Amino acid sequence: MSRIQFIEPVTRIEGHAKISIQLDEQGQVSLARFHVLEFRGFEKICEGRPFQEMPGLMSRTCGICPVSHVLASSKAGDMLLGVEIPIAAAQQRRLLNYAQILQSHALSFFHLSSPDFLMGMDAPPAQRNIFGLLQNEADFVRRGIRLRQFGQRVIELVGGKKVHPGWSGPGGVHHRFTSEQRDEILGWIPEATESLSIALDRWKGLIDSFRPEMDFMGNFPSLFLATVNEHGGLEYYDGLIRIVDGRGNAIAEKLDPKRYFTYLGEASEDYSYVKFPYYQPFGYPQGHYRVGPLARLNVATYAGTPRADRELKEFKQRGEGAVCESFHFHLARLIEMIHSVERIEELMANPDLYGENIHAHASLNRREGVGSCEAPRGTLFHHYWVDPEGLMERANLLIATSQNNQAMNLSVDQAARRFLKASASGEFEEGMLNRLEAAIRCYDPCLSCSTHALGQMPLVVDVIGADGSLIRRIARDS
Amino acid sequence: MDRLKPRLATAWLGGCSGCHMSFLDLDERLIDLAGLVDVCYSPIADVKEFPEVDIALVEGAVANDHHLAEIRLIRRQARILIAFGDCAVTGNVTALRNLFPLEDVLNRAYQENSNIVNGIPLGNEFVPRLLPRVLRIQDVVPVDHFLPGCPPSADTIFAFVTQLLAGHEPVGVGARFGL
Repeated sequence: MSRIQFIEPVTRIEGHAKISIQLDEQGQVSLARFHVLEFRGFEKICEGRPFQEMPGLMSRTCGICPVSHVLASSKAGDMLLGVEIPIAAAQQRRLLNYAQILQSHALSFFHLSSPDFLMGMDAPPAQRNIFGLLQNEADFVRRGIRLRQFGQRVIELVGGKKVHPGWSGPGGVHHRFTSEQRDEILGWIPEATESLSIALDRWKGLIDSFRPEMDFMGNFPSLFLATVNEHGGLEYYDGLIRIVDGRGNAIAEKLDPKRYFTYLGEASEDYSYVKFPYYQPFGYPQGHYRVGPLARLNVATYAGTPRADRELKEFKQRGEGAVCESFHFHLARLIEMIHSVERIEELMANPDLYGENIHAHASLNRREGVGSCEAPRGTLFHHYWVDPEGLMERANLLIATSQNNQAMNLSVDQAARRFLKASASGEFEEGMLNRLEAAIRCYDPCLSCSTHALGQMPLVVDVIGADGSLIRRIARDS
Repeated sequence: MDRLKPRLATAWLGGCSGCHMSFLDLDERLIDLAGLVDVCYSPIADVKEFPEVDIALVEGAVANDHHLAEIRLIRRQARILIAFGDCAVTGNVTALRNLFPLEDVLNRAYQENSNIVNGIPLGNEFVPRLLPRVLRIQDVVPVDHFLPGCPPSADTIFAFVTQLLAGHEPVGVGARFGL
């Protein structure tokens, strides 16, 4: 008798989701899929509102990476105004984007995923969290908390608020950057640098003990897409799109992010509120691609800062042209944190950041605008259409996490086939199920973002018979 | 499990997770908090079924049938239920879709903004069904305290929770709206 099991909700991710596992008559996995459960409808609810309001509204897409939404929204607004913003405003936006990548990656690595690594995938679930980790790893936890705090503090200092800062909008930003802000930020750099160095050494020492996870939690060739600068280096705020294949060969170069809709498409399926983006020339579903830290390090040819460049060089040796194991999203995140701290320090010495002109003043000059940037989880696009008065007619948001949707489905299926082995009584050990969730955690999916919604993943496995009746419910207890 | 300490849970319904991020902005005070309470259920932990707790902080509005079941369960299990943040308190951004028919909101996302439509998630064995209108928590179950803000700041959250733990009625904790 075939049956479907659910892992619900998946926990220690940023969103409501579940995993379904279909088992054949022999109890073998025939298909495992990832389902995102939430939807809020930002593409519709913005209608009739002035485009100047969008950074504030669209920021609410996500409390984890609000700065990315503010930036993409502000940039779409810049295009509607038809302006190039002053350099000081652009540098402030860059600064906050690095701060946000730092805080968001710290959350993913330390708060959410490190319990799996430091306590073990099979540790008791009631303790397997950051509070449980405090008992034996207090220094490590404290360093992770403070790294996230540093990123959040930069956002608060410059943006006025840690979550949903309202400091940027169409045309620029609202306040000048000051030397007092610089002094506080510089004060954090040594500790952040030291903490990242400790975490990176620790992680490199641990990686090899996770060989099965590395090999079976999303290890497959795919396309990788990211923004790069004009020389092919890492770029997070403003650049061109580059796509490479699973061997690192460039498939497409110097694509204009404002024309994303000419090469990227989205498919809707009834089993998830997250859509399924694909690279149009390859079609759906063959054109699936990965974005985010792993993709950026595969796509970029160099980082542009000394420590990150050393690490990137070593990182690239882990693959043949491209690193295809999604497990290495974690390592990529650490390298991006190092890069972000280096860039933040570098920006403090950049006179452009302190410029007096921070806002370009103009009225509406276009009816359609696109803004994009690299969010912590990948490339983000906001596309707005307005009426002659500047009121929103429609929006399309192409979100980082959704672009990893197909990859997450493939990863959870691969992990299910490898790790799920039912006992004689048809039960699965909790640690096996946690590995399926860990496959998802590699991507650090932000489900608030990707469905323009939010949630968490509990773990209830429903065993459903071929006739649809509930045979058994397995709950993960504390 | 420490039975001597009060038990605290945090949960999220339909929202952006910003209130939970603000909770994490307690930073090192999270460590202090872990000394005061047993954080026994949260999206950042792995317990999958909502347990009996003394205090539940619930972020987000009630937007689908899963939320509806979850908030009713939370109300049964929690001695003190706190509507945590503006979406929980007023519906806020999550409830903006109430200005439009649900069908139009779904069509925008899954038809008009899609190149290929194999199906539209309308509620099935895999995904919940959206409610025609988004509800505030107080529309569904009684709420003991309201903690507004988008999100409430970490200082606000800390003051609120510590006053509650000290047995005081939480007042004057600097709640802020909007922005």
